[in-house]
Amino acid sequence: MSFVVEDNDVDIVIAALWPDLTALFEGWRPIFSRFHIIIIKDYDLEADLHIPPGFDHHIYTKSDIERVVGSTSINFSGHSCRYFGYLISSKKYVVSIDADCLPARDDEGRPIDAISQHIINLKTPATPFFFNTLYDPFREGTDFVRGYPFSLRTGVECVLSCGLWLNAADFDVPTQAVKPHEKNTRYVDAVLTVPLRTFMPVSGINIGFNRHVLGPVMLPAMRLDGEGKQRWGTMDDIWCGMCAKVVCDHLGLGAKTGMPYVWRVGGGNAWESLKKEWKGVKLMEEIVPFFQSVKLPRTVATAEDCVIQIAAMVRGRLGPVDEVFSRAADAMEEWLRIWKRVGSQGR
Amino acid sequence: MAGGPSSSSVPSTPLLKDELDIVIPTIRNLDFLEMWRPFFQPYHLIIVQDGDPSKTIKVPEGFDYELYNRNDINRILGPKASCISFKDSACRCFGYMVSKKKYIYTIDDDCFVSFHLLSASIIFFSVAKDPSGKDINALEQHIKNLLTPSTPFFFNTLYDPFRDGADFVRGYPFSLREGVPTAVSHGLWLNIPDYDAPTQLVKPLERNTRYVDSVLTIPKGTLFPMCGMNLAFNRELIGPAMYFGLMGDGQPIGRYDDMWAGWCTKVICDHLGLGVKTGLPYIWHSKASNPFVNLKKEYNGIFWQEEIIPFFQSATIPKGCNTVQKCYIELSKQVREKLGKVDPYFNKLADAMVTWIESWDELNPLSESANSSANGPVKAK
Repeated sequence: MSFVVEDNDVDIVIAALWPDLTALFEGWRPIFSRFHIIIIKDYDLEADLHIPPGFDHHIYTKSDIERVVGSTSINFSGHSCRYFGYLISSKKYVVSIDADCLPARDDEGRPIDAISQHIINLKTPATPFFFNTLYDPFREGTDFVRGYPFSLRTGVECVLSCGLWLNAADFDVPTQAVKPHEKNTRYVDAVLTVPLRTFMPVSGINIGFNRHVLGPVMLPAMRLDGEGKQRWGTMDDIWCGMCAKVVCDHLGLGAKTGMPYVWRVGGGNAWESLKKEWKGVKLMEEIVPFFQSVKLPRTVATAEDCVIQIAAMVRGRLGPVDEVFSRAADAMEEWLRIWKRVGSQGR
Repeated sequence: MAGGPSSSSVPSTPLLKDELDIVIPTIRNLDFLEMWRPFFQPYHLIIVQDGDPSKTIKVPEGFDYELYNRNDINRILGPKASCISFKDSACRCFGYMVSKKKYIYTIDDDCFVSFHLLSASIIFFSVAKDPSGKDINALEQHIKNLLTPSTPFFFNTLYDPFRDGADFVRGYPFSLREGVPTAVSHGLWLNIPDYDAPTQLVKPLERNTRYVDSVLTIPKGTLFPMCGMNLAFNRELIGPAMYFGLMGDGQPIGRYDDMWAGWCTKVICDHLGLGVKTGLPYIWHSKASNPFVNLKKEYNGIFWQEEIIPFFQSATIPKGCNTVQKCYIELSKQVREKLGKVDPYFNKLADAMVTWIESWDELNPLSESANSSANGPVKAK
């Protein structure tokens, strides 16, 4: 299958947590320059952003967020500022990449077009009901293997594409602290569908999704106390990913993982972060079994309704465990209110 | 946490030469063993000769082996030999049954040491080098896969976290990082991919040239098509589930032997809390199989798999089944009950599944208790 990725299909969303984005934009210039780029400035950032010329972009600041969203309990600061970008976009597809990532390069040193790869992933079917041992059967040069039922070969629509990272991988604080020099140098030339009822930690560092379908689900609900600007201190994306997978499984949609890779600079002192109690580790022990056990009624037929159901279950079953979950449930419901008013206008 | 010491102090993979048997079904010749000599010579081979038992299969000098032909199978199993296929590579599972080792590696007689970085100028008997400059040693990779845990309960986006240079990603619960014992290591193939006959007919020239540098655990609850061309498993953990069914001569189906074993094995692994990995190693597949012949063999399978897959996807095994044999007998009952109405073949197959377990237990009298202790308690999920 060959694809033309239409410029107008895609918005790129960048969370600006520091002012100088020159390296980011220059690094991605050959790839980004044909797309519209939504840049959201972190609340706490006062300095003006430096963005080199030649990009079709729009910057949104705290005052824009307040104007559009109004008074809200949702905290759009730090890494969560990008969700405003998801809200304000009007495109079918959104790709978001962390600002400390550059294009990975192929064997000839050419930058790899992560945007196009995400769109290809989203425009080709996913195959969640049976595992294909040659990975994505819709990639050129491959197919379904012997023993793959023919009735399952049409696949389902893919609405989530989770990319990976070379150099600084997305490790948590303890792993980062114990292995500060470990670099991910392994380029795995594969895309594969995440099977039905299988969950995984979705990283927001390099992600693409179908906004028309998953917009109500890609939400900033899980926020840790004292969450800083370091990626390893966040869980908003992990939470989204768990919700998104429940929705995909329930609605018969797909999620893929693997390529594209980005080159992640990363960095920072994990030992400092370890000094604070890292609640995220404990919370995952509750989060994973909870989502694995979520069953939605058959009558629930839209992503929004899925989110309503999940929020209620979170409040009921996880709320008593930790207050952060009650806040997450509130944020999910608040997000849907905002989405109905603002986000769904983009369709 | 996975990994641990830096790469300079990572111990090399044990050879396991006294713990692993290599099982090879053959009907033609064993010339291909010359290519594999540097890798296979330390090991004991179990050769299962299919077809005419009066034909002599010449084994290249210097290999330690035992060879069984049809006469041997009939002599050893008596009337129970009916469960072992004739004129089909499914007969290889007899080799699993007679082995006394902990691990099995099985390979087809038309597979060669793999390439990486294919080009027209590479002649086929060169051993390729991987990106770090090392020769690809399929057996060594299978052993690594089997000796490191699997992670079926939550998918790690960096694939096998126990590989050098990898680890669990942010968000992976610490309580799941110990993993479970790996029962199966499913390798892949470069050059001729393992396609079914219709796909072969439509794409006769397609070759698998993509080397995917990954090993991953197939998640719990997910089925896959297991190919027996490049397969290793822990015989003590899962051996009795590796029955390759009734195929070949006198049977209405062929080329579904490994598939059948794989579906049974995966359901049982999921039930007992064992892991199945897929991905590396690659071997070079240079098969000369005729797609029209394949189509005749697979024909029924193509229709039947539409029933078989939902059957396995919904199969549940009662908690009391805490050994592989008990799980397998339970599955055989369900096959009879639910697939028997698809075709009478499945009643025969269900009978053969029982015969297989009876034969296995007869030839491996201590294995029932070994299985209970090796598997440990059934993981409640």
